[in-house]
Amino acid sequence: MASDTIALGMADEGARPIGERLHDWVVTVDHKKLGILYILYSLLMLVIGGVEATILRIQLIVPHNHFVSPQVFNRMFTMHGTTMIFFVAMPILFGFGTYLIPLMIGTRDMAFPRLNAFSFWMTAFGGLLLYFSFIGGNGLYGAGNAPDVGWFAYAPLTSRAFSPGHSTDFWTMALLVSGIGSIGTAVNFITTILCMRCPGMTLGKMPLLAWLNLITGGLVILAVSPLTAAQIMLAIDRYLGGHFFDTQAGGAAVLWMHFFWIFGHPEVYVLIIPCFAFASEIIPVFSRKPIFGYPVMVGATVAIGFISMSVWAHHMFTVGMSSYGNSFFTATTMVIAVPTGIKIFNWIGTMWGGKIQFRAPMLFCIAFLFQFLIAGLTGIMLGASPFNWQLGNSYFVVAHFHYVIVGGILFTVFGAFYYWFPKMSGRMYNETLAKWHFWLFLIGFHLTFDFMHVPGMLGMPRRIYTYEPGRGWDIWNLIVTVGVFFQATGVLVFVANLLWSLWRGEPAGNDPWDAWTLEWSTTSPPPDYNFATIPVVESRRPLWDIKHPEDPDWKYE
Amino acid sequence: MKRSEQTRSLGRKIAGIAVLLAGGLLAATLCFGASASSAQVPSIFKPQSTPADSIFRLSLLVLTITGLIFIIVFSLLVYSVVKFRKRGGDNGREPPQVYGSNQVELAWTVIPVLVVLVLFFATARVIHSIQDAPKPPGTIEVIAIGHQYWWEFRYPALGVVTANELHVPVSDPSHPSPTFLTLLSADTDHSFWVPRLAGKTDLIPNRENHTWIDPHETGLYLGQCAQYCGTQHAKMLLRVYVDSREQFDQWVQDEKKPAVIEDQVAEGRRIFETTACLNCHAVSGTVADGHFGPDLTHLMSRATIASGAAANTPEQLKIWIQNPDSIKPGSLMPAMKLNERDLDALTAYLATLR
Repeated sequence: MASDTIALGMADEGARPIGERLHDWVVTVDHKKLGILYILYSLLMLVIGGVEATILRIQLIVPHNHFVSPQVFNRMFTMHGTTMIFFVAMPILFGFGTYLIPLMIGTRDMAFPRLNAFSFWMTAFGGLLLYFSFIGGNGLYGAGNAPDVGWFAYAPLTSRAFSPGHSTDFWTMALLVSGIGSIGTAVNFITTILCMRCPGMTLGKMPLLAWLNLITGGLVILAVSPLTAAQIMLAIDRYLGGHFFDTQAGGAAVLWMHFFWIFGHPEVYVLIIPCFAFASEIIPVFSRKPIFGYPVMVGATVAIGFISMSVWAHHMFTVGMSSYGNSFFTATTMVIAVPTGIKIFNWIGTMWGGKIQFRAPMLFCIAFLFQFLIAGLTGIMLGASPFNWQLGNSYFVVAHFHYVIVGGILFTVFGAFYYWFPKMSGRMYNETLAKWHFWLFLIGFHLTFDFMHVPGMLGMPRRIYTYEPGRGWDIWNLIVTVGVFFQATGVLVFVANLLWSLWRGEPAGNDPWDAWTLEWSTTSPPPDYNFATIPVVESRRPLWDIKHPEDPDWKYE
Repeated sequence: MKRSEQTRSLGRKIAGIAVLLAGGLLAATLCFGASASSAQVPSIFKPQSTPADSIFRLSLLVLTITGLIFIIVFSLLVYSVVKFRKRGGDNGREPPQVYGSNQVELAWTVIPVLVVLVLFFATARVIHSIQDAPKPPGTIEVIAIGHQYWWEFRYPALGVVTANELHVPVSDPSHPSPTFLTLLSADTDHSFWVPRLAGKTDLIPNRENHTWIDPHETGLYLGQCAQYCGTQHAKMLLRVYVDSREQFDQWVQDEKKPAVIEDQVAEGRRIFETTACLNCHAVSGTVADGHFGPDLTHLMSRATIASGAAANTPEQLKIWIQNPDSIKPGSLMPAMKLNERDLDALTAYLATLR
C-alpha cells in the first residue's frame, strides 16, 4: 500500500516563519487544507449561531420577558437559521467531503483544485457579507442592522415596502454568493468521484461516503440553482422595479415559497445524506462488520434523492393548496419514509452480530440512529397534511427539524469529527473529554428538543419573541432553555478537547481504528500528495483485504 | 464470574436508565396534564369543532402507528447495542462478516410500504372531508383580513365590521350553522390559527384562502397569528367568542348600530376627528373613515385592545394612545403625544363607543 512517504523537498514545517505558513493556507488549492478551512470556518460560525440561539432561548425562558426587544429577537432568529444552514451545516459537510473524497477514492486531489479553493472562498465571503449587515444593514438610515425576515424570507416581507434599508440585500447577496460556492463544490464532487477513482474502484466498490456525496452533489446542483435564481429575482424586485414577489404590484407571494422550498426540502437531504455517509463509515468500523446491504443502501439513497425533489410543498400545506395538491404532497412525503427506514434497518443490521466498541464516534452515531428515528416519525406526523395544519409553524415543527439538524446532522458531524480528527491532525483526541462532550450534549439536546414538541401541540407558534402566560407553555419553555446550557457546556468541552489534543494529543499513527478504507492507508496527517503510489483496490474494503489475506472481501462481493 | 458480574453491572445501569426514563415520562405526563388542564390552553388535543376534531382523530391514528414503529425499531436498536457490545472476555477475533440479506431487505421494504399506504388513505380522507366540505344553508360568512399585527373581521351579509375578536354562533349538529371564513391579507403573510377549532390557514396578499369552523360549545377560544408577519407577530393575538344563537343575534344587532354620540364627550370627539386618529380608524356615522387600523365604532364591546395585547380599560387605552411601544413595541400605531387634558377627553370619548 501507499503508506511510505517520499521526500519532495518538504522543508521542516516548524522551521518556516508563521507568516509564510498562513500565506500557504490562504493560497492553497490542496483539498486537505481546504477541507480543514471549511471545517474551522463552520465551527466558528457554529459558535456564533449558537450564541444567537442562546439569546433566543433566554428571551423565551419566561413569558413577557424583556431580555431583548422584538426587533433584536427577529434579527437573531433570522441570523441563527441562515447561519446554521448556509454557513455551518453546508460548509462543514463540504469540508469533510473535500477532505475525505480524494483520500477515500485513492487520488491526489479534487478534479478542479482551483475551483475547490474558489468555492471555499465564495462560501466564506458569503458569510462575511451576511455578518457585515450588522454594520451596513440599514445603510444611510443610520446604525446597521441584520436582516429580520426569517431564514426563508417569505415575500412580501422582503419587498422594499416592508424591508427598507439594505438588511435584506445582505441576506440575498450572502446566499447568492455562497450558493455559487456550493454549486462549484457540487460540480467538483461529482467530477472527482466519477473520473478520479483509483484503479479497481468501480462504482460498486466505492466507499458509501463517496456514493452518498455523489448523490448530494447532484441534489446541490438541482436545489441551489432555483434558490440562486430566486435571489436574483428578489434583487430585481428590490432594485430594478420587478414584480415577481411584490404583491402590492400584482406579484405572487406563493411563487417565492415554491422557489424557496424546491431548494429548501432537497436541502434537508443535502445536509443529511453526507451524515448518512458518516454513519455508514463509522458504524461498520466500530461494529467490526461491513455495512449491511451495500447495494440497497446506495439504491435507497438514490431513491431519497429523487423523491426529495417532489416533496417541497409539504412546507406549504397551510397556504391553501387544493385537496388534490395536499394529497399529492402527503403521498410523496410519506413515501420518502420507506427508503429512509431501509437505511435505519441496514445500520441496525450492520451492528447486529458485531462487536460494538463504544468509542466517541460510535456513541454519536448510536445517538444519531435513535434521534433520527424520532425525527423521521415526527416527520410522518407533519407529512399528514391535516395534522400539519395544526403542527406546522408551531414549536412542534421547530422541535422536529432541530431533531433532524442537531439530533441527526450535528451528532454525526461530531462523530465524524472524532473519527477523522486523528487522520487530519495526526493526534488522538482525549476520549474522556469526548465522552463528557457526548453525555452533556445528549442530555442538553433531549432537554431542549424533546420538550420543545409540547408547546407546539399546545398552540405555541414559532418566531414569537414573547408569549402570554396561562396558556400552559411556561414550564416547557423553561425546561427547553435549561437544556441549552448543557449543550453549550458540551460544545465548550469539545472545543477544549480539540485545542488540547492538537497541542498535546498522543500521536495517532496511520490507522488508529483498525479501519478499512483507503484514507487509513496513508500517514496521519497525509502528505500533500496523499499517496506515494496510487493504490489499486479489489473490494469495498481494501484494507480488510490486506489485513485478512486469508479471507478477503473480493471473494464475496 | 467476571462475565456475569459485568452483565449484572450493565443490567443495573440499564435498569437505572429505564427507571430514569420512566420517571421522566411520568413527570412529563403529569406536567402535560397540569399545563393542559386549564380551559385557556389552546391545545390541539381538545377539539371543539369538526375540522379540529377530524384532525384530532387522524392524529390518534398517526400517533398510534408511529408509536408502534418507534417501539419496534427502538427495541431492535437497544437490543443490538446491548447484545452485540464488545465484551471483556473477548477472543479478539473479528465477528462473522455478513454482507446483507435480500429476504430481510425485501421484508423491511414491503412492510413500510403497506404502512404508508394505510396512512396515506386515512389522511386523504380527512383532507377531503375538511377541505371540500359543503356549505349548509345556515352558514355565517366572514371575511378575515390580516393586517400588520391585527385582525379585521367583516360580516358582509350582516353589515358588521369588527377587529381581533371574532364572534360566531355555536353550531348545533341538528341545525348546523358553521362559519366559513374567507382569508385575505392587507400587507404580509399571516396565518389564522385557533387550535381547538381548526388547523391553520394562511392569509396571503393577492390570494383568497378559505377555512371553516363549527364550534360545538360556547366560550372563548384563543389563538394567534401563526405565520411570521413582522416585528409584532408575537402579539397578533386572536380571540374567538362562540356565542349562543341569541347572544350572537344580539351582538350583531348591537354592532350594526352607528356609533353612540354623547354631548358630554364632544371635546374628545373633536380631538379624535381633528388629529391623526381618523387617518387610520373608522367610527361609523362620523367623518373618521380610515382603514389602516381597527374600526372603533364599537370599541367598548371588545375585551382587549392592541390585538389582545392589553385589557380594554381606560388606563390601558391611555397608555396605548400615548406610548403604544410600551405595550407592543414596533406596532404601527403612532404615539399620539397628547397633553394630559386632551388624553383624558379622548379616552372619555372612546369609552362611550359601546
